[in-house]
Amino acid sequence: MRHVVLDRWSRGLSAVHRRDPRAKIVALLVFLVVLATAHQALPFLALALLLMLSAALWWARLPVMGALARAAIVLPFTAVFAVVSWISGDPQRGLALVIKAYLSALAVLLVVATTPLPSLLGALETAGVPRFLLEVIQFLYRYLFVISEEAHHMTQAAASRGASGPAWSRLRFRAAAGALAVLFIRSYERAQNIHRAMLARGFQGSFGPFESPGLRPADAAFALAGALLPVALRLVVEGAVR
Amino acid sequence: MTPLIEARGLKFCYEDGTNALNGVDFHLDSGETVALLGPNGSGKTTFVLHLNGLLAGDGFLRICGMPLKPENFPAIRRKLGIVFQDSDNQLFMPTVLEDVAFGLLNRGIDRELALARARKALETVALAGAASRAPYHLSAGEKKRAAIAGIIVTEPEILILDEPTANLDPPGQSSLAQLIAHLPQAKIIVTHDIPFARALCRRAVFFQNGRVSEEGTLDEVVSRCRWDATFEQSKLPG
Amino acid sequence: MSTPVWAALDAAAAPAVAGIARRAQRGFDPARVPLLGVMGAFVFAAQLINFPVGVGTSGHLVGGALLSMTLGPAAASVAMTAILAIQALVFQDGGVLALGANVINMAILGVWAGYLPFALWGNTRRRKLAIFAGGALSVAVSAVLALSELLLSGVRVPAGALVISLVLFLASALLEGAITLAVLQGLERIQPRLVRQPRAGWSPALGLLAIAAVLLASVGVLFASQAPDGIERLTRQAAAVPGVWLDQAGAGLAGLALVYGACLLFGRLARRRSA
Repeated sequence: MRHVVLDRWSRGLSAVHRRDPRAKIVALLVFLVVLATAHQALPFLALALLLMLSAALWWARLPVMGALARAAIVLPFTAVFAVVSWISGDPQRGLALVIKAYLSALAVLLVVATTPLPSLLGALETAGVPRFLLEVIQFLYRYLFVISEEAHHMTQAAASRGASGPAWSRLRFRAAAGALAVLFIRSYERAQNIHRAMLARGFQGSFGPFESPGLRPADAAFALAGALLPVALRLVVEGAVR
Repeated sequence: MTPLIEARGLKFCYEDGTNALNGVDFHLDSGETVALLGPNGSGKTTFVLHLNGLLAGDGFLRICGMPLKPENFPAIRRKLGIVFQDSDNQLFMPTVLEDVAFGLLNRGIDRELALARARKALETVALAGAASRAPYHLSAGEKKRAAIAGIIVTEPEILILDEPTANLDPPGQSSLAQLIAHLPQAKIIVTHDIPFARALCRRAVFFQNGRVSEEGTLDEVVSRCRWDATFEQSKLPG
Repeated sequence: MSTPVWAALDAAAAPAVAGIARRAQRGFDPARVPLLGVMGAFVFAAQLINFPVGVGTSGHLVGGALLSMTLGPAAASVAMTAILAIQALVFQDGGVLALGANVINMAILGVWAGYLPFALWGNTRRRKLAIFAGGALSVAVSAVLALSELLLSGVRVPAGALVISLVLFLASALLEGAITLAVLQGLERIQPRLVRQPRAGWSPALGLLAIAAVLLASVGVLFASQAPDGIERLTRQAAAVPGVWLDQAGAGLAGLALVYGACLLFGRLARRRSA
């Protein structure tokens, strides 16, 4: 499953992985703003930023081609917009949207692939996101694979009984609804069992703090460099074009 | 010596009216390992859930001499640990180490100390290398051992295992039996696996329709209740 | 060019989400965290179960209305927000910048719009219709709002594409209504306690008025957004936006963010069309 790959990537040990997630988020936000507000010489800036991200991926000891491919998930849908813009007489805007969408996805991927989810959530907590929500996200992530596997087994069982294929059938619709109802109940009961296990182990109302390592000079340096680099690249590219 | 667990006439009814327990008498002494046998739906797991207050029924029930009142729950849950059937429902923290330390951290133990004790518990179950891994990356056998680590780390006096060999392959089952045999706690093992029970338990208790219908040594109970799944080749069709 | 819509939405989303989370927290204790997390995972996994709708197409559950009718609207909002966050972060599905817009459209307004018919008529003879309407309304409102925000940011969509989009939205809304109803009926057969009991129905007139208000509001935004110049003049006067740079920043960010939001939306719809 895709998120298993991402989980594996996020547990690496490179210098990028070891940076405080808050530093990475700051650099990411600056990158996104610089990219989003750019409108001059976009292809050149895009190339420069792409090289910058690829270098960061390499520094993080992640598979560069794999990451580039994974970020391309956004392409099919943004392509629709490119077409729509082209039809309404503004092809440049369409191209700009596609470029910006891809590079933004790649930048987010870089941060997520170098930060285990609990650390990322911890950084978000210091940014003021309610703890309750973050704990729900953490639990969702933990049980995503488990429940999806159950759903997968159900579809496999149904398929081997001849229920595959998209042909309209009221019976199939109701069978799918029945499967969903069963999955709902099993998930609900699982949640009850988790709650019992929590109580049995002395749950006092909190799941403990998210990890938040202290900020070190290396983190500040990273944030600064990560923020200044895209700005510098943009100034250079725009200056050269003018 | 007072038994660790003492139950007399324990009754319980679910919200929808089904009778789950119909007067259970049970006791567990220090150092014992007892097998809980019986058909599905006979009340074994329901009974187990009463022992630490997750369910509340009528009748006499004492854990280490304490009655099951809410003010006693924290102390009782410290003395009695349950390893549930589905390990996924028990390993809910992001990493194995954090999960094992959960019980300690909830008791207010210093974080560094808790993590150190959690690491030791993982060594006991031979999972020291899995400390920083996410639970869903583990195999079924590893998950079971991680779950056990999370329970023994708080050093309970009583350990209850609900169908521990479910989903384990034969090598997994035998290494689990080895591990459990070396744990010092008094134990209750709910199981359908008679060879597994034989390796660990001398006494057994047979549940039927929400009551204990037979009691004695494991072999006595198994033969009286004809609870052995032997397949005589000649009697099978084809 | 156009207003920094996304920034406003993100800014509005933050206190809205905080408010909802606090409310959910007051209503339930932290012990509810596993339930919301696991049911969020359920909605994700539910995408794997296909509902056939015709030759070559099948769809899947979106889930906001179903969650609201079983867990309650506040809990459903928190669960849907968690789902959107995981989609953006882990699956790169719908950009991070658009998270605010998506949360408002789908997790907050969509969920509550979906709950409204159920809350009003869930206890009456028209129960099945109420459930169906809830499912349909949750998707319709989310979709229309997303489209409106897109138009508000100045992305020009030709009339033909607009019509196609609206037709797609209608189809998705009807499908969600059907799935929500079917699943809820399945639940009631097996474990009726899981479905919430809405309070005694309001007067039908008041209810219809409330729903009409929701519909008008959504459609109203859609039409208003067709005239970006008017809105722009209004907001310029209101906010006294300083200088060209902020405009361009707003335009760029808005455009990008809303592409993501719309991608998420159209992505869901496109997945419905794949067998």
